[in-house]
Amino acid sequence: MKEALKVPTMAEFFASGKHPEVLFWVGCMGSFDDRAKKVTKAFVKILNKAGVSFAVLGAEESCNGDPAKRAGNEFLFQMQAATNIEVMNGYGVKKIVTACPHCFNIIKNEYPGLGGNYEVVHHTQFINQLLEDGRLSMEGGQYKGKRITYHDPCYLGRGNNIYEAPRELIQKLDAELVEMKSCKKRGLCCGAGGAQMFKEPEKGDMDINIKRTEEALETKAEIVAAACPFCNTMMTDGVKGKDKEASVSVMDIAELIANAADL
Amino acid sequence: MGYLPNIIFLLILIAGIGYFSKNIRRLSRNIKLGRKVDVSDHISLRWKNMVRIALGQGKMVVRPVAGIMHIFVYLGFVIINIEVLEIIIDGVLGTHRIFSPLGAFYDFLIASFEVLALMVIVGIVVFWIRRNILRLQRFVKPEMKGWPKLDANLILYFEFVLMSLFLVMNAADAQLQHLGVPHYTRAGAFPVSQFIGHYMEGLSVASLMTMERAAWWLHIVGILFFLNYLYYSKHLHILLAFPNTFYGKVTPNGQLNNLEAVTKEVKLMMDPSADPYAVPAGDSEPPEKFGASDVMDLNRIQLLNAYTCTECGRCTSECPANITGKKLSPRKIMMDTRDRLEEVGKNIEKNKGQFVEDGKQLLGDYIAAEELWACTSCNACVEACPVSIDPLSIIVDMRRYLVMEQSAAPTELNSMMGNIENNGAPWPFNQMDRKNWAEEEN
Repeated sequence: MKEALKVPTMAEFFASGKHPEVLFWVGCMGSFDDRAKKVTKAFVKILNKAGVSFAVLGAEESCNGDPAKRAGNEFLFQMQAATNIEVMNGYGVKKIVTACPHCFNIIKNEYPGLGGNYEVVHHTQFINQLLEDGRLSMEGGQYKGKRITYHDPCYLGRGNNIYEAPRELIQKLDAELVEMKSCKKRGLCCGAGGAQMFKEPEKGDMDINIKRTEEALETKAEIVAAACPFCNTMMTDGVKGKDKEASVSVMDIAELIANAADL
Repeated sequence: MGYLPNIIFLLILIAGIGYFSKNIRRLSRNIKLGRKVDVSDHISLRWKNMVRIALGQGKMVVRPVAGIMHIFVYLGFVIINIEVLEIIIDGVLGTHRIFSPLGAFYDFLIASFEVLALMVIVGIVVFWIRRNILRLQRFVKPEMKGWPKLDANLILYFEFVLMSLFLVMNAADAQLQHLGVPHYTRAGAFPVSQFIGHYMEGLSVASLMTMERAAWWLHIVGILFFLNYLYYSKHLHILLAFPNTFYGKVTPNGQLNNLEAVTKEVKLMMDPSADPYAVPAGDSEPPEKFGASDVMDLNRIQLLNAYTCTECGRCTSECPANITGKKLSPRKIMMDTRDRLEEVGKNIEKNKGQFVEDGKQLLGDYIAAEELWACTSCNACVEACPVSIDPLSIIVDMRRYLVMEQSAAPTELNSMMGNIENNGAPWPFNQMDRKNWAEEEN
């Protein structure tokens, strides 16, 4: 029997008059999507193991407004932003970590103009820092020498110029990091951004996630590392579509680290 | 009679520059049809961007072959323009090679111009082959049929002719110098044109002089013609790349602007003391239109972007939607915006400075909703553009119009937005269940 997860809420912290080191913004995918919930839990295990004082908003968290904004509904986005900012400012939130690049981008870049000023970090940056500060330790063991390719999420890479933190983590697993034909600044999108996740694609020759999956499979990697719940879904679907799920798995970097640290 | 060439030259020069400045005024009037935008921020970063991206061609070399060839043509055109200065002075004063007293330095200058001219010719030939023989995908996309294709080739022919004239002029000049013909003072070094000069040996002084003069005149008239061709072609980037990279995006690519008009309304809606039935004050402006359906709804930087686009198609070749066969092409978004803006500009000229409704708009008549809904907002186009054009911002502004003014989002997106409104998530889950994962089995 594994240890139960410790997931305190901001409300609980507030009631005891304390402040957590960081707010973990779980996001809609991380809260409700079965695949993404596993990533959420893996990240919480890491936080618990490293003894990070964190909290979630729980039922007080609401969609950050990204899909609405990218679909063109600025009203709905700003309503969502105003509500979330009110809650977070009420709790005096200073620092936020999230496992979703869409949440990361919008809170970091688009909330400040609406009164929400926080230090926002992506979970790959946060985990990397935990390892560097010696708060978390792990041995590559499990993934030593495995071929892992990393798919850059657009909102982390091109959107915010974060290319290295996730790659450093893969290297810390002692794995062999192999790059796809298009990567980093020129990485191909998984096809989910800009609210595409919630609609059928427009008419074309092929779905974008299939195209990207082909690039991933070309690397002959055993693991496709993701750092975004939407990319994870798209790439998982793509690998299934190519009947490769027996030999290739799509994993979030937090899951890889949690497994390597034997959590 | 002696001053006739000087006078003709001066008249051509005035006409060429005069017409060009008229077109620049047109351009600036059209750009000013867009919404004003504050660009007083990040001034030093803006200068750095201009120096790195436009002057330094920083993003061109991402694709090495095209990048290096482009640097040849770019350097050639910029540096050989020093020679144009001499040509203009000679033309006005009736002198010949007025800078020649610079001596050895002059020889060095002319020699480097010749080498550069040769490099330009190499670049142009490679470009022509890529477009017409290799037919690289991005040059043969649907939006490149007809005029855009011809325009691109015409520009290459032009540049080829201009460079050839420059070399022929020098070759004939060198022969005349060699023959000791008065007026043709010994000056310059001709490392490239000497090979053309071989074929001129033995020609009479008269025919050499005709050749030299003809090449000289055609060269300068050609340059003035080319200058005026810019406005009617895709080639304005040679000028506009500089302001465009200066005014380009300085915030992270992932960041979209927040609409201020919406912020005001949201504040009002969330203010418990606001009176929802209050009648707006009599002199208040009509509510701002949300998003963009036509070029006037876009901002000035977006319109400058449209004029700057040189249709290279790097954006389109990196666009995930386009790669997988969707209708969206970021290049076409820019070309459509420019073409519609030109149409509006002509409408204004025809109607004494006032735009008269023509029953057309950018959305629908130029850009279809299907194109807009294919975008994944991945920023590949923005990253790929070598001159800091942002097609994504236009796509988002047009989506805003579709959704906020017309409620014309695809059905699935409407249910997604309905869910966010009611449940705080894009799916119909209860907000109270957001932390259930923590209690579920690991």
